Amino acid sequence: MKQNIKYRIGKSKFFKFMVILLAILCTVPLFVILIYILKEGITKINWHFLVNLPKPVGETGGGIANALVGSLLIVFFAALIAIPIGIMGGIYLSENRKSWLANWTRLAVDVLQGTPSIVVGIVIYFWIVKPLSTFSALSGSVALAIMMLPIVVRSTEETLKLLPDSLKEAGLALGLPYQRVILRILLPCGFSGVISGAILAVARIAGETAPLLFTAFGNPYFSTNILKPMQSLPLLIFNYATSPYDDWHNLAWGAALILLIWVLLLNIITKITTRRWKVQF
Amino acid sequence: MESTILKAIDFDAYFGENHAVKKVNIEIPKNNVVAVMGPSGCGKTTFLRCINRMHELIEGATTKGKMLLNNEDIYEMHPIFVRHKIGMVFQRPNPFPNLSIYDNAIAGYKLNGMKIAKADRDVIVEQSLQKAALWNEVKDSLHKKGTFLSGGQQQRLCIARAIAMEPEVLLLDEPTSALDPISTSSIEVLLQELKKNYTLIVVTHNMQQAARVSDKTAFFYLGELIEYDDTKNMFTNPQDKRTQNYITGRFS
Repeated sequence: MKQNIKYRIGKSKFFKFMVILLAILCTVPLFVILIYILKEGITKINWHFLVNLPKPVGETGGGIANALVGSLLIVFFAALIAIPIGIMGGIYLSENRKSWLANWTRLAVDVLQGTPSIVVGIVIYFWIVKPLSTFSALSGSVALAIMMLPIVVRSTEETLKLLPDSLKEAGLALGLPYQRVILRILLPCGFSGVISGAILAVARIAGETAPLLFTAFGNPYFSTNILKPMQSLPLLIFNYATSPYDDWHNLAWGAALILLIWVLLLNIITKITTRRWKVQF
Repeated sequence: MESTILKAIDFDAYFGENHAVKKVNIEIPKNNVVAVMGPSGCGKTTFLRCINRMHELIEGATTKGKMLLNNEDIYEMHPIFVRHKIGMVFQRPNPFPNLSIYDNAIAGYKLNGMKIAKADRDVIVEQSLQKAALWNEVKDSLHKKGTFLSGGQQQRLCIARAIAMEPEVLLLDEPTSALDPISTSSIEVLLQELKKNYTLIVVTHNMQQAARVSDKTAFFYLGELIEYDDTKNMFTNPQDKRTQNYITGRFS
């Protein structure tokens, strides 16, 4: 008997050890990537790098201002399209759990989430780029918005579903019309979840390259016209990293680090908003 | 003779096929506390939720018969209007967690988008919190979140929120079942105060509570209103065998 207990304690210790070990293992890829990109990228980043345009082949230096501004604009418009639609969709799904439309929407959203980004890109190419017969930042935004949509819808739905029914009843019993119950009670109470879902979605699409390849296309010059081709960080990395020039490789490393910092910052902001606006019941 | 404020005539309520409230006829006199008691699942809460038309919010829920507030059929009014006239307090305290105590008390106006001057708002908040016997405890922390209060205080805040709208009838659905005995007794004392201005209908499965707080008691069993009488009569001399069994605890 005693032998047996020792064996069982040993087994449970081993299990604990494995869980911890594997948990640590999960963080390894992130650190490897972080360290590698930091090492390669940190030396390239300076003020000059952020505010200048790329130089032509053969000249040293140059920066990524066009890609930085382009990325910000493209992602901003994508968020502008996806967040309102996504939140509305999420509200519908959490309010109508069993209707056939809700089931269809849920299925569609799930499939959309699994749709390869290159497919989204090609569809937008045929829908928007071809009819307008020009690549444009806006078409890139639409493609990214489609990528964002499922994340926003599902995070809104899950957040609102977790709110107790008593909250809604409290509002209705006070004689509030339905839309006010949703907009003035449920959304504010679930604000932290909804907003962090939206920020995570932004972080998720910031580095998407495939949907931008044949929509925003890229642009070696500075442009803020969303109806014309525009550079973005992932496109710049893609184009410059595969080029044969060392100077361009340097730009790509720097841009990769900027992109990584961007995503990291968004994730940290999400954590802070969740804590800051968490509603206690 | 007291005047009747609320009257149900042959009132039925259903959940789909399930006949939850059967042919209820009842008259609620003004400025009384009426207790509705009965075992779980007897339809007392369903009946209560029919009075402010919360019942119909559940999918498949329907009603039949008449429910008159001051001789006007509630089911011919707009539900929002009904709920302004008939306030409700729930089983579990449910203050709005994103609002301060002040904003919770004024929530009926604020969230409905009714514009009122700051001075008037202050008066409404103070008066309703005073009526709910909460003012002295919270007057220095009006702008803290309502959820920092204790359970009993939260429930009184919910009462304040409901009476701030100046309803005619206040429905309370087992308002003390989630509270400790001290909070419970403070709410019971409060009910006696509130009946001066409002008519209260209290659902409870606690007989002692019904006996303590109410002027009249209605006993529901399996969806039927078995007996409805002055509380004193009901507990000393019940007419129906089933009521007697319930009161004496001999119910199977």
